[in-house]
Amino acid sequence: MKIKTEAGERHVLAITVDNEAGVLAKITGLFTARGYNIESLTVADITADHALSRITIVTSGPPPIIDQIIAQLDRLVPVHRVVDLNDADDAHVEREIALVKVAGTGDKRIEALRMADVFRAKVVDTTLSSFIFEITGTSDKVDRFIALMRECGLVEVGRTGVVAIARGPEAL
Amino acid sequence: MTEMSGADMVVQALVDLGVDTVFGYPGGAVLPIYDALFNHPSIKHILVRHEQAATHAAEGYARSTGKPGVVLVTSGPGATNAVTGITDALLDSIPMVVLTGQVPTTLIGTDAFQECDTVGITRHCTKHNYLVMDPDRLGPIIHEAFHIATHGRPGPVVIDIPKNVQVATGTYSVPEFIQHNSYRPQVEPDADAIAQAIDMIAASERPIFYTGGGVINAGPDASAALRQLVSLTGAPVTSTLMGLGAFPSDDPKWLGMLGMHGTYESNMAMNRADLIIAVGARFDDRVTGRLDAFSPDSKKIHIDIDRSSINKIVPVDLAVVGDAGRALDALIAGWQAKKLSARDYGEWWRRIDGWRATRCLDFPEKKEPDAAIMPQRAVKALFDATRGRDPIITTEVGQHQMWAAQHFGFAAPNRWLTSGGLGTMGYGFPAAVGAQIAHPGRLVVCIAGEASLQMNIQEMGTVSQYRLPVKIFILNNEWMGMVRQWQELTYESRYSNSYSDSLPDFVKLADAYGWTGLRIDTLGELEAGIQTMIDTPGPVIVDCRVAQLANCFPMIPSGAAHTDMILQPNDIVGTMDDEAKALV
Repeated sequence: MKIKTEAGERHVLAITVDNEAGVLAKITGLFTARGYNIESLTVADITADHALSRITIVTSGPPPIIDQIIAQLDRLVPVHRVVDLNDADDAHVEREIALVKVAGTGDKRIEALRMADVFRAKVVDTTLSSFIFEITGTSDKVDRFIALMRECGLVEVGRTGVVAIARGPEAL
Repeated sequence: MTEMSGADMVVQALVDLGVDTVFGYPGGAVLPIYDALFNHPSIKHILVRHEQAATHAAEGYARSTGKPGVVLVTSGPGATNAVTGITDALLDSIPMVVLTGQVPTTLIGTDAFQECDTVGITRHCTKHNYLVMDPDRLGPIIHEAFHIATHGRPGPVVIDIPKNVQVATGTYSVPEFIQHNSYRPQVEPDADAIAQAIDMIAASERPIFYTGGGVINAGPDASAALRQLVSLTGAPVTSTLMGLGAFPSDDPKWLGMLGMHGTYESNMAMNRADLIIAVGARFDDRVTGRLDAFSPDSKKIHIDIDRSSINKIVPVDLAVVGDAGRALDALIAGWQAKKLSARDYGEWWRRIDGWRATRCLDFPEKKEPDAAIMPQRAVKALFDATRGRDPIITTEVGQHQMWAAQHFGFAAPNRWLTSGGLGTMGYGFPAAVGAQIAHPGRLVVCIAGEASLQMNIQEMGTVSQYRLPVKIFILNNEWMGMVRQWQELTYESRYSNSYSDSLPDFVKLADAYGWTGLRIDTLGELEAGIQTMIDTPGPVIVDCRVAQLANCFPMIPSGAAHTDMILQPNDIVGTMDDEAKALV
């Protein structure tokens, strides 16, 4: 007997929660306990009084599972709101920041700088034999930049994971 | 606003919340609270013999009264021993508040003596939990915890209180009105959904009510509303294990329990129905059988207070989120406002009567007085002997539990206490202790298996201490019967470790604890033995020896559809493919 898995679609969820100890563990624990995927997760507090945090989770699953994930998150006591940014007209903006360290000299160093320019990555640190680039964009764009940097002496990457927000004048 | 110690605040909060009983066990990290409880005039503390039993006793108290059960245990092993009961309460939606002691805040994280990460361990087996770091927060948190445990879908809430927070002084405050920032369950059903549900019921030709523990949790009025709606619509009713008692078992519209060990008629009716009205039930795998064959031709209405229960396992046509009782009331009001009357379900009832004619709960037995007692007969005899006494029945987990569900009839809610979701062996006896504490004058009987009972048998001491007249009725077949039954079905009767070896002499054990012990060996002794149990004041343990190899039927084997029930032992093949073996 083989164990079967189902293909899914990617969804970005924006979750507002009480900014208190243990909330993140509760949410990530829910995903592991129920076998849901987390592709990326970001969290930071978003109100002046530090009472609320916003968590952005990129997950994937068949539509009924996505619906379950939202319902399961929504019933957690410290969760205020769960919004599927892929709902309805799907209109939202996603960004991710990566810090990319590249080491090398000569042609590869020049090539790295040229490609960073094409991707509008900023140089935030340099030595005679290295750069650290800061790149902002969709995860796809960051992926492509990192793939290119692999050819130019990539030594280290740090990424934030996705933050996302719905288009238009309305708040969440 | 009064200055007092954290421990006094805990006790004050319990008093303010109307708590009359706490089940617990003392230890280093809760000594200040125990001192505050010393000779307390209104809160009775029940000293159990193991913390797991405290949680099950609290569940028994809660399930039989509708009030939250309260548990008090120490840090470390006290808290970890409580975890099974907390998880049990989560899966069966039982309101419970568990107060755990914790090492002082200054020692948290240092692997201190009897330290464990209680909030971490219980994070996913509670509805919510708290670690209280400031005595001023104790009042608001305890009040909020009771609110969360009892509102929406009920469940267990843990409050972990470090010892220095119990000793320190602070200001006790009570929130005037609990309006949680984020936790606001929808109680009132949506009016449009109710209107649609009424239209669907009125248009159906083969409807069936499928009710669950949510109806019990919604209170006795919800059970009354269910009876009224059933009589208005004329539709048949089946129920899950957790929902037994919401609808009277002697009503002609009652089809019996559904699911793995449900009746043939209820499972066939679910399969052939054109409308399922699920009320406070969650389409558990024990109920649905093979999912792709589950009620293929029906529309489904799902009434549930927990939005996440809807479409979790079976996609439904209409969701009604809200309290089961309120939803039933709204359906009745709408039905009457539209002046609808029951349709003629004559053809539907004729088909149901055809399924009933299989008499699926019949069992083969010898009638001679010296014959071995069939376990089903023992349950039926207990039911007959206790009729009119309005007993509270608890069970452990296994074959005896299913036989009790099949053969014991219930006329009202809150009289049937069993571990459905988690299936916790060792639940029934302490649950009976909790129910007896809440109802000192009532007949409380734990129908037990000899294996399950031993998982919390130490509570015999608790019963003796508080002079509780709990009766334990053991269906003793010297096997972990359900395990053995599955081994017979799936593993060609290779009975790996399912024999109850080295059993104690239960009669002598009764004597050792100051109970009355009885043994029933043959059919001829059964009725008199049960009568003696009922008539004997104080606690009684009955070692009722039953036919050892009897199996529980009917049964939907794992991986099979509602229509593929095993009705009799000779339907068993003894092997199973891997897909079916992999299902629990």
